[in-house]
Amino acid sequence: MANPTGIGVALRRKEDLRFVTGSGNYVADIQRPGMAVGVFLRSPHAHARIKKIDAKAALAMPGVERVFSGDDLKADGVGGLPCAWPVTGKNGAATKEPAHPALAQGKVRCVGDAVALVVADTLEQARAAAEAVVVDYDVLPAAVGVLDAIKPGAAAVFEDIPDNTCVDWELGDRYATDTAFKKAAHVARVSLVNNRLVGNPMEPRAVIAEYDRARGHYTMWTTSQFPHIVKLLMGNFVLNIPQHKLRVISPDVGGGFGVKQFHYAEEVAVTWAAAKVGRPVKWVCDRSEGFISDAHARDHVTEAELALDERGKFLGLRVSTIANMGGYLSTFGPNIPTNLYGPLLAGVYTTPAIYCEVKAVFTNTLPVDAYRGAGRPEATFVLERLVDVAAAEMGIDKAEIRRRNMIPLEAYPYQTPVMMQYDSGDPVGCLDRVLEAADWRGFAQRKEESSRRGKFRGIGLCTYVEACGLAPSRIAIRLGVRGGLFESATVRVHPTGHVTVLMGTHNHGQGHETTCAQIVSEKLGIPADNVEVVFGDTDKVQFGLGTYGSRSAAVGGSALAKASDKIIVKGKKIAAHMLEASDVDIEFKGGVFAVAGTDRKKTFADVALSAHFPADYPLEILEPGLEEQAFYDPVNFTFPCGAHVAEVEIDPETGSVELLSYVAVDDVGTVINPMIVEGQIHGGVAQGVGQALFEDCVYDQESGQLLSGSFMDYCMPRADNLPPMVVETHVTPCTHNALGVKGCGEVGTIASPATVINAVVDALSHLGVTHVDMPASPNRIWHIIQSAGAARK
Amino acid sequence: MKVDFKLNGKVVSLDVEPNELVSELVRERMGLTGTHVGCDTSQCGACVVHIDGVSVKSCTALAITLQGTSLTTIEGLAKGGALHPMQQAFHENHGLQCGFCTPGMIMSAVDFAQTHPKPTAEGVRRWLEGNICRCTGYQNIVASILAGTAAMHAVKGA
Repeated sequence: MANPTGIGVALRRKEDLRFVTGSGNYVADIQRPGMAVGVFLRSPHAHARIKKIDAKAALAMPGVERVFSGDDLKADGVGGLPCAWPVTGKNGAATKEPAHPALAQGKVRCVGDAVALVVADTLEQARAAAEAVVVDYDVLPAAVGVLDAIKPGAAAVFEDIPDNTCVDWELGDRYATDTAFKKAAHVARVSLVNNRLVGNPMEPRAVIAEYDRARGHYTMWTTSQFPHIVKLLMGNFVLNIPQHKLRVISPDVGGGFGVKQFHYAEEVAVTWAAAKVGRPVKWVCDRSEGFISDAHARDHVTEAELALDERGKFLGLRVSTIANMGGYLSTFGPNIPTNLYGPLLAGVYTTPAIYCEVKAVFTNTLPVDAYRGAGRPEATFVLERLVDVAAAEMGIDKAEIRRRNMIPLEAYPYQTPVMMQYDSGDPVGCLDRVLEAADWRGFAQRKEESSRRGKFRGIGLCTYVEACGLAPSRIAIRLGVRGGLFESATVRVHPTGHVTVLMGTHNHGQGHETTCAQIVSEKLGIPADNVEVVFGDTDKVQFGLGTYGSRSAAVGGSALAKASDKIIVKGKKIAAHMLEASDVDIEFKGGVFAVAGTDRKKTFADVALSAHFPADYPLEILEPGLEEQAFYDPVNFTFPCGAHVAEVEIDPETGSVELLSYVAVDDVGTVINPMIVEGQIHGGVAQGVGQALFEDCVYDQESGQLLSGSFMDYCMPRADNLPPMVVETHVTPCTHNALGVKGCGEVGTIASPATVINAVVDALSHLGVTHVDMPASPNRIWHIIQSAGAARK
Repeated sequence: MKVDFKLNGKVVSLDVEPNELVSELVRERMGLTGTHVGCDTSQCGACVVHIDGVSVKSCTALAITLQGTSLTTIEGLAKGGALHPMQQAFHENHGLQCGFCTPGMIMSAVDFAQTHPKPTAEGVRRWLEGNICRCTGYQNIVASILAGTAAMHAVKGA
């Protein structure tokens, strides 16, 4: 009988009970004795010199402990926030990494830049005092948009970087690509903008820090996807706290999506301030404050060209992108539009020559970093828009042009011209299935029906590949990351046979408490209910790198499988001793250790008990106890791929776009829990649909003021904006990890912007429209329809 | 200012500040942290509670208005150790991921179910206009609310 709580079962989540009863433990819920409250005073200007900060009146207000500024941090030797993943540019040029102080020093470089931290007894007192701090600014011209920032004479965000260029990066064979274009029968071109986004996990960020003077020990609670990395970065590079004197706890975290995988200024300032005031200090971000302090995302301007032969076969791809880094480098900033973007331009196609150049640019806006998909949605958007434009111009069916260029199943493993070797995948299979599930052939009839009602109907198709399971350390370190990207797991077997698992990854909605228990259940033959999963506390859990880049199952899960295998090896030795047999004769199956070919056996619980009551162990060859740890470094990235189809209907009177249907077929490798995988894809698709139709982070291009700074004007997708989605998986297991898993957290967000925009363009194609920038808002679409109509008159 | 009201069935009498919000009262003073605050513009709905059985965004209600009312938070929904049918439905239908919007979603859903005994999926989606979820794409929340509504009325009918 199959294991009812093992791999492949839609097990209901173990973590649900605390969340549905309101018993979760988020950072904002935590109270510490004698705790003070911190409030940040933030810059109202995009670019200004700080002439003077006068906190005299604030300090005299009731309940106020201290007001700290950048000068205080500087005087105390506090370092700047480090960039953890710089890249190497053209001709070996290094990424420019200007100082990033936790509180602004000398200048502010974006609206929201933290200028002072006010600590008081209560939130109300701290807020009132922050308003009483007088900052004298000398306002400077700002460089806001990426194209403006690289114009001659643009304001310099950093005085020693006059051209605002952080790094000029390239990938691929320029000569081979130019040669391919010379042979082309047709060249398709797009100019596009990948709009700036704010990730907006529903739980705003928060930090609590306290300092135990007697032990010289710091504890920080933070809403982080990777507490160990925050501990290393902040302790070692910013505050000079020895690693054994700093504990970082990330308890329940209310969504991350990348926004919470950076080391933030507030973590530094609050932790440092807690020691200075000698009390725990708590800071909880408001949503409006989050809009001007969370790292933002995307924000590319791109020109791209695809060379094709007369049959529509792709010969070469040339992409030139300008990417916004914002006013400082966030933790992974430079890596996102480079290493996580360029290599993905190969997609699932056999394009033989690809060249990509990316100029990463400083501007007077919030730092830009990873957000669900991170680089890969941007690459997919460029490629899949180009393919649609080429198909339309050459009169080839959109599915057919993709099929002609897809990597066939038998060509795997497949080496692309841009770095990656795909281990497995079946893009043709995904395409066939999505066309069937979406009734691609029946579209003409549905379009006809829509047009009878005066509506423009469009269908969009997108295929994609994702590189995730971050990451093989040896490759990532070569690409610039300042650390390893392995993962860790400990399997602790209690004397009763119950198991506690300590994971280096972090669970903030992905259901790891359930899926990790399923992996152990599968491996050790015990019920998932007998397994407890612990994460998010650097004093409890061994060093691990956290959760991002769809790595938790592929890398963390593999570490857990490896640690479980070690338990089995040790368990066999114990069972052999108990059964007076040789360990090579012991078989383990379904939670039972048995001497092969006999009925002599011991259960997992028997062995666990024996391990803790070693009355007659041969101690020179068998240790008591049953606990194993594994560190797993993958040999390659994992490569989920798939094909999505969406249908939209546009009301030409209002320009409003209704998403009618969405069908996804994804190869995420082995599925540990189909219910959770589906849920991840639903959520990913919704975020990508958000970018395509609703969400837009807009700055005033002159003043650098954020115009979309709340949920009133940054349009988050609501339930009635989304159709029921159809999600199917088409599995080819990953060939280089033990579980065969690839990752499912980001696929939806990677494919859906291109899928939806391809549908929108299709709906407007009869007007001569070949591209629509995101978001396809009613205002934008109405204007496109009006100007197309005017052009035809 | 003194207010007397019922909190999750128990009579309480508190001195409240004139500018104190219901969300602040339950979270900071009563330690009921299941009510979450996800925005500052009354958009996200993570803070929804029931006042006299009707769903209210507690971040936008003043504590002084509680006088003589019955306030129910997510902590007061389950009775006698068993989950409320709507809580059970969210669990069964994978209607939550990170859990942050969940208490507000469930409180909003219970009010919906009470007033809409035979809902449609479209009706649920329209009702959720005031509740934002970033994780689920709403699909399984809609399924949860349909199932939870049916379960609530089945219990009543039995």
